[in-house]
Amino acid sequence: MELRGTKLSNDEFLNKVLSVTYYPELDYAWATGVAITKFLNGLKEGVIYGTKCNECSRVVCPPRMFCEECHTPMNEYVELPQTGIINTFSLAYIRTDATRRDKAEIPAVIDIDGTTISPSGFLHLINEDTPHDKVKVNAKVKAVWKSPEERKGDITDIKYFDIMED
Amino acid sequence: MQLTGESMEKVAIIGVGVEGFRPEIRDLSYKEMVYQAAVKAYSDADINPREEVDTFISCEEDFSMGTSITDEYAPDQLGAAQRTVHTITGDGIQGIVAAYMQIKTGMFDVAVVEAQSRSSDIKTHNQIQHLAFDPLYARQFDAIYHSAGALEKRMYTSEFGVSEEAIANVVIKNHENALRNPNAAYGMRLKEFDVLEAEMVASPLRDTEISSSVDGSIVVVLANEKVVKEKDSNPVWIKGINYATNSPNFDTREWKKAKYAELSAKKAYQMAGIKNPHDEIDVFEVDDTYAFKELQHLEGLGLFEYGKAAEALMNGEFSNKGSTPVNVSGGVLGMGNAHDANGLQRISEIVEQLRGHAGRRQVKGAKTGLAFSWRGVPTTAGAVAILSKE
Repeated sequence: MELRGTKLSNDEFLNKVLSVTYYPELDYAWATGVAITKFLNGLKEGVIYGTKCNECSRVVCPPRMFCEECHTPMNEYVELPQTGIINTFSLAYIRTDATRRDKAEIPAVIDIDGTTISPSGFLHLINEDTPHDKVKVNAKVKAVWKSPEERKGDITDIKYFDIMED
Repeated sequence: MQLTGESMEKVAIIGVGVEGFRPEIRDLSYKEMVYQAAVKAYSDADINPREEVDTFISCEEDFSMGTSITDEYAPDQLGAAQRTVHTITGDGIQGIVAAYMQIKTGMFDVAVVEAQSRSSDIKTHNQIQHLAFDPLYARQFDAIYHSAGALEKRMYTSEFGVSEEAIANVVIKNHENALRNPNAAYGMRLKEFDVLEAEMVASPLRDTEISSSVDGSIVVVLANEKVVKEKDSNPVWIKGINYATNSPNFDTREWKKAKYAELSAKKAYQMAGIKNPHDEIDVFEVDDTYAFKELQHLEGLGLFEYGKAAEALMNGEFSNKGSTPVNVSGGVLGMGNAHDANGLQRISEIVEQLRGHAGRRQVKGAKTGLAFSWRGVPTTAGAVAILSKE
């Protein structure tokens, strides 16, 4: 298709058109707070915590200090199983910088067993070596952890979730 | 232009909740911190946010929160999930203006405004301030951030003959006032030499004249007359409100005067029917992000001729027992610089004063108060609210 306007080469665009360049350096260190600190410390120990609302009885994971539905405190922490089901997933062939991956990353929202709402919002990864025809909505999954020495109280302390064989 | 809106309903503040202010709040996440302020505000207003609030407004900036489209994370902690919510990337008083107008339309009975500061989450705060400068020109200079405040101060003090001693006494007064305010982070007793012999950050601006950052959050509940009558709340009415921005560019801005204060105040006074603010308003909370700004802002607000506020300060008129109490809360210097939440800091003190709940800071018989915020360098943006018990 014939495009209108004046065509610029890459060199012209980057080097010949006068521009001002500025690289911001922005560093943040967000305090994790009461609920997420409990959650992350749990991951370090190989435990998945959720919280229960005493008003509406929902159990959510990751834990929250307050229930967004009732706007009341949520301070009953419960240890949850390390299994769940895939609520939704994607086979992602593109990185944040728009370069292409040869092997798909598999982000998934996982409903941890014992939580009472769906989707419970636990965003994580499915093992990318899993044959793609095995990755299905409602498939049962299990957490695969880093070794205790490698864990540092981070969501990546769980390496990924593996599909459980029936 | 119709500014009075007399035919439409009156709007009141019926609840205020404050969490902080402290130099750092590291035990709570930003959401948890806002939740604490929200619970206090809803208790004060006798309101259930899940059933009785019609519209929610948060005031926050993406760079300050470290999240693009940060308004997406505002609802839960306010009780605003699956409700009518929007964000204003501005000061809390600008949020109050939006809430006021939304209630005035008749579409909403109850509105909530939230603003917060999480300075301790930001490791490169100066960079964020620097990003506020025009990228094509001013941002190329490195030492520009407090320098911009220094450039303004030199213009203001030299044009109007304001002494360094007077500016030091703003610092002393506001830190002393903060000692009587449980929500203030920086209460302290200083002497003139403590202020004047402090390190020059960018001459003529000393370290002690620059407010220090804090963490904290404020939530304010507003309602129309119908709800005020139904509720067991303690209403403070909004009589006049406005905001204005002068040209912010270094080549075109007004350097000596606080034009944004003049412009916004003129309209707010007109709306509130105030002819002589000095005599008709009992208590003032005005931005003092830099100490000289307190004086310049009072002058911009029309209380004094330019250069004359210093004399009133030195005569003790600005103390809580004086004829014109100014920043009895401690101001931004004493409570701490909460950036986008500074305007709601000012509002919260005026509400406390007009309700008669200010304890040892109480200004006797205060019936009408003025809150004024400035968005800091390099902006020339200000917002005014005039509140009254009647």
